[in-house]
Amino acid sequence: MKSTMLKLSITAVATAAAFAAAPAMAGKTVDAVKARGSLVCGVNTGLAGFSQADSQGAWSGLDVDVCKAIAAALLNDASKVKYVPLTAQQRFTALQSGEIDILSRNTTYTLTRDASLGLHFLPPTYYDGQGFMVPVKSKVKSAKSLKGATVCVQSGTTTEKNLTDYSRANKLDLKPIVFEKQEAATGAYFSGRCVAFTTDASGLASIRNKDAKDPKEHVILPELISKEPLAPAVRRGDDEFEAIAKWVIYGLMEAEEYGITQANVDQMKSSQDPVVMRIVGTSEDTGKLVGLDKEWLVRAVKAVGNYGEMFARNVGEKTPLNLPRGVNNLWNKGGIQYAPPIR
Amino acid sequence: MAHRSPPKKRDWSWRSQAFRGLVFQLVAVAAVTFGLWYLAQNTLANMHARGIKSGFDFLMQPAGFDIGESLIPYDALNPYWKAFLVGILNTLRVAVIGVILATILGTLIGVGRFSRNAIVRGVCYAYVEFFRNIPVLIQLLMWYLIFTDLLPPILEPITVAGVFHLSKAGFSFPVPVWVPGVKLVFAGLVVGVVLAWLYRRWAMRRFEATGRVRSLVLMPMGIVVAAMFAGWLIGGAPTAWSVPKPEGFSMEGGASATPEFLGVLLGLTLYTAAFIAEVVRAGIASVARGQVEASSSLGLPRNFTMRLVILPQALRVIIPPLTSQYLNLTKNSSLAVAIGYPDVVSVATTALNNTGRAVECITIIMAVFLTTSLSTSVFMNWYNRRSAIKER
Repeated sequence: MKSTMLKLSITAVATAAAFAAAPAMAGKTVDAVKARGSLVCGVNTGLAGFSQADSQGAWSGLDVDVCKAIAAALLNDASKVKYVPLTAQQRFTALQSGEIDILSRNTTYTLTRDASLGLHFLPPTYYDGQGFMVPVKSKVKSAKSLKGATVCVQSGTTTEKNLTDYSRANKLDLKPIVFEKQEAATGAYFSGRCVAFTTDASGLASIRNKDAKDPKEHVILPELISKEPLAPAVRRGDDEFEAIAKWVIYGLMEAEEYGITQANVDQMKSSQDPVVMRIVGTSEDTGKLVGLDKEWLVRAVKAVGNYGEMFARNVGEKTPLNLPRGVNNLWNKGGIQYAPPIR
Repeated sequence: MAHRSPPKKRDWSWRSQAFRGLVFQLVAVAAVTFGLWYLAQNTLANMHARGIKSGFDFLMQPAGFDIGESLIPYDALNPYWKAFLVGILNTLRVAVIGVILATILGTLIGVGRFSRNAIVRGVCYAYVEFFRNIPVLIQLLMWYLIFTDLLPPILEPITVAGVFHLSKAGFSFPVPVWVPGVKLVFAGLVVGVVLAWLYRRWAMRRFEATGRVRSLVLMPMGIVVAAMFAGWLIGGAPTAWSVPKPEGFSMEGGASATPEFLGVLLGLTLYTAAFIAEVVRAGIASVARGQVEASSSLGLPRNFTMRLVILPQALRVIIPPLTSQYLNLTKNSSLAVAIGYPDVVSVATTALNNTGRAVECITIIMAVFLTTSLSTSVFMNWYNRRSAIKER
């Protein structure tokens, strides 16, 4: 009885301290998230496979799963995420101003953004490249034969600059028509206003599948004209939260590498492989180092599966998007996804 | 005339109303200045604390992105300020042409609502109620959809007389090749306008002195056309035209108006014309009926009554609200980004995303619209004073 009272009073004091401290320390994202009881995650307004809300308002996608995994590790509950759909222009301001805790919205990792926007990028969750989509009946087979063509593009992305660079380098004289909203840009393309539509190849696959009347009438050209490492980002000046987010992402990749899946994660707790034991927290307490408990990665994997499962479920070859694993495979399977060891 | 006390010496005490007024005004100015300074300081400090770079130095760096249509030569290697200039000129192009077209259309419809013909009255009434009651953004999207859905594909344009092409890429038309002789035609235009204005002044004076009516429309127009023709002759009568020719996915030569430009122009013009029609109608209705009866009794024909008696008096009522409509049209042009027209907002959005300078880019947009709006206001206020009744 006495100990219960003691516990209660400690909790009360700690809670009060957390509430009192929260406004004063804007940098303490972890405390703020815990006090709030939910992670606020900035996502795309709608990009099939990456972040999309269904008719019940439930969000799914690769970018969404990143937030779910972090919420599972940090708050013990993958459903405690509040999603804030953001346009390309709104996203950085939303993160800078503290409206969201993490930006997981197919955002390209570039020097300018990393160095001057008051944010830090996390490990890329999808290595992409910018491509072109054209109607099959235009008989265009290569981006090099688009000379003088009008190209529809959404504003507020790195896409416009890549397009200009490619156009100059190949003397194509492409004419960009820039729309504020993705729906407007794709609408103009499907109406035939533009000869081609350009965005990241994953986005092209998503749009072709979701918005085209008949996906077979549109073809994605083979040229990829840029490197687009899509990565989540967090605000600068909060190393604690950055470490948690970063290592949850690495942990999901590491889980794939050592065969820990959503289905077998509980059985894996009896594994005698020392690496697996570290990941599932049966030997060393890796969670303590990032301010969490032993089971942090178990919860993350249980919530969304390992990185390979996330990929397969949202964008992989069995989904309508049918994106090949390609460079997004693990380093030991021919890709470039390489997580530093969890130890 | 009220009795006026002799001027007193300035009283520097709280009992003096003038002194108190001065103090209160100074305090108000100081408070506003401090408020603005505090906001600016706070923003800068917060941005610095979060590691966000700020400043306008990026305007000198190469922009690195193309712009779909431009009135001046522009290249992706040009600095940001030039990209902004392209955007500003695109905004002004829509605003200026839109204001002119909306004024003409709005005046015709406003006058049409007083027509004796019931059909004309009905059509004008229906027009106003239709266009002013649908949000302008929806209208822009509607026109753009009509253009991009109904026009033929880019590779199969409708061609008229071999020189006009109409397709989803827009409307292409021939333009004169820019040789020195063509410049003289424009010089002729300027000279012609000056001569026509001088003629008009002279004709008005003669009319007041002798009562002889001279044409105030046909003759000045004739002068302008003649001056341009003279310029063309002096320039060696150049006849070379640049004719648009389909070349792959684009047009070689000529000039073209894109569906984006036409959509913005049509949407803003038709929307604003509905409001201008109402302004004109209110102005005409404000002229006392006795004025019409008086001019009828003088034997003036109906069109003279409208032109010489009603409109000049209506103008005083029309101009102030008309100014607001001009400002609205200019500001509404910022919606152009929704249908892909590269106005200043569109360029600023792209720049914002490439540089991350949100505060700076929004400031530039605000400064551009504030400057254009204030210039329009200044001009229209001047015109208002000119056409107001001179109190004697």
